[in-house]
Amino acid sequence: MQPIPLRMSEKWAWGALGLFGFIGLWAALSAFGIVPRQFLPSPIDVLARFVHLLTNPFAGATLPQHLASSFQRYAYGVLLAAFIGVPLGLLMGWFRWLDDVVTPLFDGLRFIAPIAWVPFAALWFGVGIGGPILIIFAGAFPPCLINAYRGARFVEPRLIEAARMLGTGHLRMILEILLPAATPSIVSGLRVSAGLGWQSLVGAELIVAAAGVGFMMVQAQANVATPTVMAGMAAIGLVGMAIDVMLRQGEAWLRRRRGLQV
Amino acid sequence: MIGRRVWVGLGSVAAVLLLWFGLTTATGFVSPGRFPSPADFWLSLNQIATRGYAGGGLAAHALQSVKLVVMGFVVAIATGVPLGLWMGWDRRAEAAINPIFLIIRPIPPLAWIPLAILWLGLGDGAKIMVIWFAAFVPSVINSFAGVRNIDRPIIEAAQMLGTPRWRLITEVIAPAAAPMIFTGLRLSLQASWTTLVAAELVGALAGIGFVLNMAQQDIYPGMILVGMVTVGVLGWATTYVLGLVERRALAWNVAGRD
Repeated sequence: MQPIPLRMSEKWAWGALGLFGFIGLWAALSAFGIVPRQFLPSPIDVLARFVHLLTNPFAGATLPQHLASSFQRYAYGVLLAAFIGVPLGLLMGWFRWLDDVVTPLFDGLRFIAPIAWVPFAALWFGVGIGGPILIIFAGAFPPCLINAYRGARFVEPRLIEAARMLGTGHLRMILEILLPAATPSIVSGLRVSAGLGWQSLVGAELIVAAAGVGFMMVQAQANVATPTVMAGMAAIGLVGMAIDVMLRQGEAWLRRRRGLQV
Repeated sequence: MIGRRVWVGLGSVAAVLLLWFGLTTATGFVSPGRFPSPADFWLSLNQIATRGYAGGGLAAHALQSVKLVVMGFVVAIATGVPLGLWMGWDRRAEAAINPIFLIIRPIPPLAWIPLAILWLGLGDGAKIMVIWFAAFVPSVINSFAGVRNIDRPIIEAAQMLGTPRWRLITEVIAPAAAPMIFTGLRLSLQASWTTLVAAELVGALAGIGFVLNMAQQDIYPGMILVGMVTVGVLGWATTYVLGLVERRALAWNVAGRD
């Protein structure tokens, strides 16, 4: 059911009303002291703190430095998941026996929330960089594997038959037929992975880290520095959104090149 | 007859269990301080099930976690589904609420944990709040998409027959959007578990995440593994129950899908 579309001006007016209503309510709750300012700082306070944190350190580093160390772990974890998950998925899509061997194990592990690896991550790596990477990997791995596998399984049989008739070996079949054909599916899997990895990173840093935005937020929480907690949330949201926008652009570009529906 | 697939699957699970035994107990390649042996796992399971650990038995901790997930989930459905239906129905509501969503959505539910603890402390309230955040967004988006996917003639036919507004919502729009809503719920259930475990790891007084936290602090690998396996089993079980509810509620739809 598609209701009648609004005119552009109406749409903007309602959007502005909603946004200002939301921010106004937030500002009013803290300004009139309905909620103690210590627990709900005004939007201005949060913005001021955000700007303040850009140059002044909290919990040992400034906000950009915390973001940089978070992003480094994140990149390692997601890349590791992609470099293991995608090839394994393609192999599972081609070799039936591997599919039969791996799938039950994978299905069993998948129900364990990535964050539940935290205690082992702490036990094995302390607060070093390995712990968060393990947890990001646990969050980002399943979509990489599943999408590569599905992409490889749903390649047009004609392509495989033609290649097979021409005597293509296993390696070339995977690299030159399955991989290109599965690329759109793999890329959308990577996008999902990137999002889940970012979520896992935040969770990991809340518990096992000595730097990073999550760590900064936990320290701020312990000090009842609510504006800092909220500035951290804003930073996490902004970076997550930037990652998503970039990957969406990449995916759309790839799909256009392939002549697929965007 | 049991297929080849099942045998290979059982074989691979058995191989992993054997490998586990081989690396820990038989050869000591992995030290018991790093990863528990099957015997350690069994002893820990026995301990928490009979004598209790971290202030309660396994059943009590599991029940606490399930209770919070269900409560957060119910609150999210009760608020998210009506909002999504409304946004799907009314362009003005959509135009007004969408920008707020654009701001809040990119913040992962896990990032709300410190704020939830500041606001509501270490008790149940903070956990319900973060689970609500995890499950609320998918509920809204899928209810919204559900309404937008309803065939216009269905609604027009109901309106032509003079269906009052309330009955139109409860008897036409909500059921027609239900399959889509359930898709959203299945997505958000897993997110709810992740969020709850994280919240309980950060600060709690009971629950499976609390067990994991205590085991981590006690450096007790056997109990860590027990906690992880319990999280997996509970996640699987709640997904299964949601599937049953869906089958029950949407018999007309699910039957055709299989």
